[in-house]
Amino acid sequence: MTATLAPPREPGSPASASSRRLAERVFRVREFGIVAVLIVFVAITAAIQPRFLSITNIQFVLVDATIFALLALGETIVVISRNVDLSVGSVLGISAFLTAQLASQAHGLPLPLVFLAGLGIGLGFGAINGLLVSLGRVPSLVVTLATLYIIRGLDVLIVGGSQVVPSSYYPSFLTISKATVGGIPDLAIVVAVVIAAGAYCLRSFRSGRELYAIGSNPDAARLAGIPMGRRIFTAFALSGAIAGVAGVLWASRYGTVDSTAGASYELQVIAAVVVGGVAIFGGSGSVVGAAIGALLLQTINSALYVLGVSPDWDQAIAGFLLLVAIVLDRFISLRLTVSLRRRSARRGQ
Amino acid sequence: MRALLRRAPLAASTLVVASALAVAACSSSGSSTPSSSSSSSGSATAKTGLKVFVIPKNLGNPYFTTADSKGTGGALAAISAAGDTGTETSGTAATSASQIPAIQAAITKGANALIVSATDPTALCPTLNGATKRKITVVTYDSDAPTCRSLFINQASTSAIGTSEVDLLAKEIGDSGEIGIVSAAASATNQNAWIGYMKQELTKYPKMKLVATVYGNDDPATATQVTQGLLEQYPNIKGIISPTTVGILAAAGVLDTAKYRGKVQLTGLGTPDSMKKYVSDGTVKAFELWNPANLGYLAGYAAADIAGGSLKVAQGATFKAGKLGTFTIGADNTVLLGPPTVFTATNINNFNF
Amino acid sequence: MDSDLNAMAGNAAMTPEHIAGEEPGPSPGASGGWGRLRPAMRWESGLVVVVIVIAIMGSALSPEFLTANNFFNLGLNTGEIAIMALPMALIIISGEIDLSVESTLGMSSALLGVLWADHWPMLAIFAVVAVVGVLAGAVNGLLVTRVGLPSLAVTIGTLALYRGIALILLGPRTVANFPAFYTNAGTTAIPHTDLPWSIGIFIVLAVIFAIVLHTTPFGRSIYAMGDNAEAATFAGLRVKRVKTSLFVISGLASALAGVLYTFRLNTAVQDNGTGLSLDVVAIVLLAGVSIFGGKGSIGGVFLAVLAFAGLQNALLLTNFNQEATGLVTGGLLLISVFVPNAAMFVRYLRQAARRATRRPPSEPALSLPRKDT
Repeated sequence: MTATLAPPREPGSPASASSRRLAERVFRVREFGIVAVLIVFVAITAAIQPRFLSITNIQFVLVDATIFALLALGETIVVISRNVDLSVGSVLGISAFLTAQLASQAHGLPLPLVFLAGLGIGLGFGAINGLLVSLGRVPSLVVTLATLYIIRGLDVLIVGGSQVVPSSYYPSFLTISKATVGGIPDLAIVVAVVIAAGAYCLRSFRSGRELYAIGSNPDAARLAGIPMGRRIFTAFALSGAIAGVAGVLWASRYGTVDSTAGASYELQVIAAVVVGGVAIFGGSGSVVGAAIGALLLQTINSALYVLGVSPDWDQAIAGFLLLVAIVLDRFISLRLTVSLRRRSARRGQ
Repeated sequence: MRALLRRAPLAASTLVVASALAVAACSSSGSSTPSSSSSSSGSATAKTGLKVFVIPKNLGNPYFTTADSKGTGGALAAISAAGDTGTETSGTAATSASQIPAIQAAITKGANALIVSATDPTALCPTLNGATKRKITVVTYDSDAPTCRSLFINQASTSAIGTSEVDLLAKEIGDSGEIGIVSAAASATNQNAWIGYMKQELTKYPKMKLVATVYGNDDPATATQVTQGLLEQYPNIKGIISPTTVGILAAAGVLDTAKYRGKVQLTGLGTPDSMKKYVSDGTVKAFELWNPANLGYLAGYAAADIAGGSLKVAQGATFKAGKLGTFTIGADNTVLLGPPTVFTATNINNFNF
Repeated sequence: MDSDLNAMAGNAAMTPEHIAGEEPGPSPGASGGWGRLRPAMRWESGLVVVVIVIAIMGSALSPEFLTANNFFNLGLNTGEIAIMALPMALIIISGEIDLSVESTLGMSSALLGVLWADHWPMLAIFAVVAVVGVLAGAVNGLLVTRVGLPSLAVTIGTLALYRGIALILLGPRTVANFPAFYTNAGTTAIPHTDLPWSIGIFIVLAVIFAIVLHTTPFGRSIYAMGDNAEAATFAGLRVKRVKTSLFVISGLASALAGVLYTFRLNTAVQDNGTGLSLDVVAIVLLAGVSIFGGKGSIGGVFLAVLAFAGLQNALLLTNFNQEATGLVTGGLLLISVFVPNAAMFVRYLRQAARRATRRPPSEPALSLPRKDT
């Protein structure tokens, strides 16, 4: 008689339909929870300082959030599989510089090619991470910590003491982050679409669900025949590719790129992902939640500046929120474990 | 206890390694002395072949690369013209903890002179004082550590920078309105000194009001965000001063839209190369800077001359700095490079840095 | 019944696999004392070789490398990180991680600055800083053990929270007028030696930690819970209490490091210590402490500190491009995890090749992969 512990969250496993629906309902509640926090926060800030909701400010916040939302998308894919990618900041930095150089020296190059270049650079580094983790069977924390150092070192070596300045780009490169459609920044729309697509793929494609399975219970996933190495490799490659594209956006948004671009972004991204409801041990969470987490943290950042609160409070608030989020998640998951188990017991499984 | 004994072989080998290193350390000379003997005082024949180390706030910083490199005519060019060997070194994070090991390494490598842009006015002092005790010349440039150096090469008089910034902006906004400052790191010596003089100069313009100083930490993303916040919090703001090359670029990027261009004026310290775009499209009317390479060049010559013995540091003493001409040491043992250059649309294309 | 299962689920969530993200290889510690010792000896012997190589390389590249003065500087710059590495090693051996150490350092530095600027007596300040360090560690420990949260996530949160508190306390101020008595301790050697005070403290602490970890039941229990937290709980070990105390010790050590750091630089400023957490983790990993938990030694930490500091120092003394030191650190880290895995990996490859040629393709995927013995 098996007395194995059913892992609390398994959207990808063949659990009974109603258990899955219960789980999904909980996730939706969780995502709704962050949205609710976001709305409440915005409302309070706007009440104190109505300019917070001015068109320009909303545009600022949305555009600043897009870069982190993208990074959060990539990081979520990795974290769901019970790994972590600490190198995203360094990949963003090196991609930002190299593509900025490209954009400034090859004026005839169409923009999509510049983005492709960024994607390629990120994909390359992500693939290296993926190979080291999946083939080398080395824990991702250590691998990506090492590649964080190595890629940043490469970046600093390549950049040296130079920088790319806005004057050298052709104009259309710099306006990417400023273009709007009906007041909503183009960037925000595009990134929202990408995230929706990502969410759909993760939920509906088998390879996506397999990532959840790997994160939930790697042994069971292996026994069930899931090609772990391939899936994990793809996860890291994707994370890198997305970070590469984010680098291009970074260069276009901030104009000046030197060797410090993206430094310390990785912990902020992980914070956003965790606040957004993605379990750090994998197996549950959604990219939509992570993106909203990124948006929430950026909004808090912006709110502090607008309210005139010393931005010194920003870190403390972000850290506190992160702790609250994971405590909340813990209670939710405990409740869910209990009710799922009761359901299984009732059904005699 | 047994477990400890089991680990005896390991403990023993560790002990062996540690003691071997200790023996090696004790047997070699205690502290290394500068490579040439102490120079004669103020004689016309200066010593050459000295080792001079240039230690900017951090490596990988374009401003300092221009200030220090041989190719741009910076500090290293001056040092080699003076007949000495120059090396640039520093950490990669612009913090004192990152800069100190580089200073120590320079001392260990037998430096005769150090040229330092201080990340912090006091944190470097223990290390720099240690250098002075070893008869190493300590010269600061760009950012001072007032209590632990012989000479400070200032890019321009601190008060001149502060006052001219305010005057530039005042002209552009018609002497009245709210203004803000986008600075670098909250603890940077030079920034705070300039801002102090700006506030003083503002008293001459009763209709202008400084509403906020925000800190961009010399990071393009942070500087962008603090500028955005400034604009949102003070919608009636008329002008921004950003006395940092990273800050002014970021602020220009934010203001480079139809909504703000022409309505919010921007000035500050920036390099002509990076600001060309914003001057040509009208976002920025005028800004200023000195030539960082000249600053480094002057520092290089000063250090070489002091270490070589041809210059004794005292107020009123003069020395020749190669192609830049003759300079006089002023109050507080400071040398001024000269007045800042104002860049506008008319002259910006004449410069190449 | 439910609560027991929940407790188990909570502890299961904290087993090393969950930090590392993958299953570990064979656990060498399983065969008892000598079994645990042998692989440890192999790693530390390797480290001894590395240190000797660095020493030789360093002295070949620069005659000033093996001087007392250079060692003094080397020690001065590494003292605080070394002190923080000791409890970090214990925490990682026990199967957790603490990324908040740099922020606890920063927070204690900010506190020191603020209270000193307010004219508090120095001894009172030390007491407050110690208490705050203990509290900081306790928060981490309680969140991990009582609430059952993963230490990676918790300490990322407290990393931000404590840095935030440091920022709020100090703001943009810099406090730099500490009394010479203390700042001298930060720059002069212990009398009759060439050691900085921070290294002296580190050596004393290292001996204490070594004795505790390698001879006491407390220390053995740390290995046990790193190996398998569930089994440890069932064996009667007080996993929660021990882990909480480890976090508290880490907080206290970081607070001490913060005080030393502040005096060494004679400056309390809001970004003191930023970036150090990953350096400390890197050193501990270099020391042979497995990220999966259950393996590692203080001797290894000592050697890793020597290697890490020596390497950075040697690079500084040569004409190595300082901008690329990150490359070296990262490379070292990778090598340190690949070397033990290399043997395993080669075996795995050989087995996979054997399986591929021998097995008919129709065999179901459900045959368990053979584990190495």
